[in-house]
Amino acid sequence: MQNSSEKIVEIKHLKKDFGKFHAVTDVSFDVYRGDVFGFLGPNGAGKSTTIRTMLSLIRPTSGDIKLFGKDLQSNRNYILGKIGCIVEKPDFYKYLSAEKNIELFARLSGVNVTKSKIHEIIDFVGLKGREKDKLSGFSHGMKQRLGIAQTLIHNPELIILDEPTTGLDPQGIIDIRNLILQLKNEQNKTILLSSHILSEIELIANRMVIINKGKSIVQGSVSELLNAQELIVSFSVDNIDKAKILLEQASMKEVIDKVEETNILLHISQEKIPVVNKLFCDNDVNVFSIEAKRKLEDYFLKLIKA
Amino acid sequence: MFWKSTYNEFVKIAAKPRSYIGIGAITIIIVIILFAMKSDGLSFISFVTAPFEQSLAFEGNILNGNLIAFIILQMLIIHVPLLIALVTGDLVSGEGAMGTIRLLLTKPISRTSILFSKYLAGCAYTFVILLWMAFLALIVGKWIFGAGDLMVLNSDGLIVIQQKDLGWRFLCGFGVAYLSMVMISTLSLTLSCFSENSIGPIVTTMSIILLFTIIGALDVPSLNKIQPFLFTTHMVSWRNFFEDPLPTKKIIESVSILLIHIVGLLSIAVYKFNRKDILS
Repeated sequence: MQNSSEKIVEIKHLKKDFGKFHAVTDVSFDVYRGDVFGFLGPNGAGKSTTIRTMLSLIRPTSGDIKLFGKDLQSNRNYILGKIGCIVEKPDFYKYLSAEKNIELFARLSGVNVTKSKIHEIIDFVGLKGREKDKLSGFSHGMKQRLGIAQTLIHNPELIILDEPTTGLDPQGIIDIRNLILQLKNEQNKTILLSSHILSEIELIANRMVIINKGKSIVQGSVSELLNAQELIVSFSVDNIDKAKILLEQASMKEVIDKVEETNILLHISQEKIPVVNKLFCDNDVNVFSIEAKRKLEDYFLKLIKA
Repeated sequence: MFWKSTYNEFVKIAAKPRSYIGIGAITIIIVIILFAMKSDGLSFISFVTAPFEQSLAFEGNILNGNLIAFIILQMLIIHVPLLIALVTGDLVSGEGAMGTIRLLLTKPISRTSILFSKYLAGCAYTFVILLWMAFLALIVGKWIFGAGDLMVLNSDGLIVIQQKDLGWRFLCGFGVAYLSMVMISTLSLTLSCFSENSIGPIVTTMSIILLFTIIGALDVPSLNKIQPFLFTTHMVSWRNFFEDPLPTKKIIESVSILLIHIVGLLSIAVYKFNRKDILS
């Protein structure tokens, strides 16, 4: 479900070629104000290229990019002034302190940022007491936090985080996730979050797009896409042939997706699982196990495995 | 925003350890030259004056601060480009290598402004290097060796320039030397826009200087035609200010060629930097 009808990001048929290599072939999606938008795809799907194009780090081969209702190419500085971002790794000047790094980027943000604001942000991301330390002594997790501080310093309307949890330990992942949720809940920011981990998007985002091989495959509300009525349910039974006949007799032939040696895979809703189970049990077909997968999750896992 | 960006570039140059390599190297070299001149300077001078001693009598303080400054300028102007390229060649490519260019170019400031900020900071660094060199050579040199008339040996013979006539000549000489060093900064910055690592532009800058210097030194008719257009030919044009009479036409020609090179290279840098896809 979207939070507002105001489109903050509009990407239409984005294409980017690097010579003969087609990094992005056709990506389209919309982000609405207040969304935490998941940008999901396996590694090499074209997520970073799309994000870099949105931030004018890369020139698109073709397609339309509108942010805040304005064309990116002709309104670059206006648009970038409203965005805070981390693109892949949060790299900073190692020979400067955390505070100096934030000061440096704040100076280019287009707004006046006071020292107290810088300290407030550093405090917010949990780096209080480390502001005078040089970046050369920072861990990846600390740099990630500083990266988030850098994105927030000018109070942007849109925050773009490209794989912000990559390379972090489990606690680091939880911390960053909590920070993002804090931004969503306390500051009502619009956040575009790229990831190759479905569960991460599921926990944070309200809307998402899945891209693969440079193409956007599906987009919509996370709850609708992931908790869709239809599931892929695998029944492990002792008599496959009889189970198949029983389903055909119950006018459920069309829900059969695949028949394996001991499993029968069905496209059914959650409510139908006990119905099918009862049908088998009442007719002497023993059910050993029932495994339900959401259709999209199954699809995404296949993408990742591929 | 441009000035804020330029200030940022000053902060970065001042904080980078490599920025002090140039200043340190110049200090060490000049101290060595001053020490060598103090201990063996007179024998060095007599080596130069010996061919003239049968027809000329040399009086006064020949080995003075002005001569030391002239010698230092002549010796170092060939080596200073490396020290300058060490910093200016890293201005764009260093950001790429560190990954900071991604953050830098997602700020609401045009790429052209960022490039010019870097260029301005690079030119200021070049100025500091030359100013430090001038201070050590001229001020410290005069303090140790005292003042006096300058004796310059060139292809036409020996020229003696009176001390009162030297101030403006050194000023203009350092000015043209600075312009040629700015040319080096521009070259390394331009090469920096094409590279993702900082070593490439530094090595390429030095290779170009070496190549052009060799072409400039070869007395081959086909190469003679291009020699006047090579920037390396004009890197020593500061010496023209120590000629008598002053070769004004040659000086204007050298300054013009250096300026054309600077503008041309800067245009290439702006074009490349604006079209560059940031993939690092």
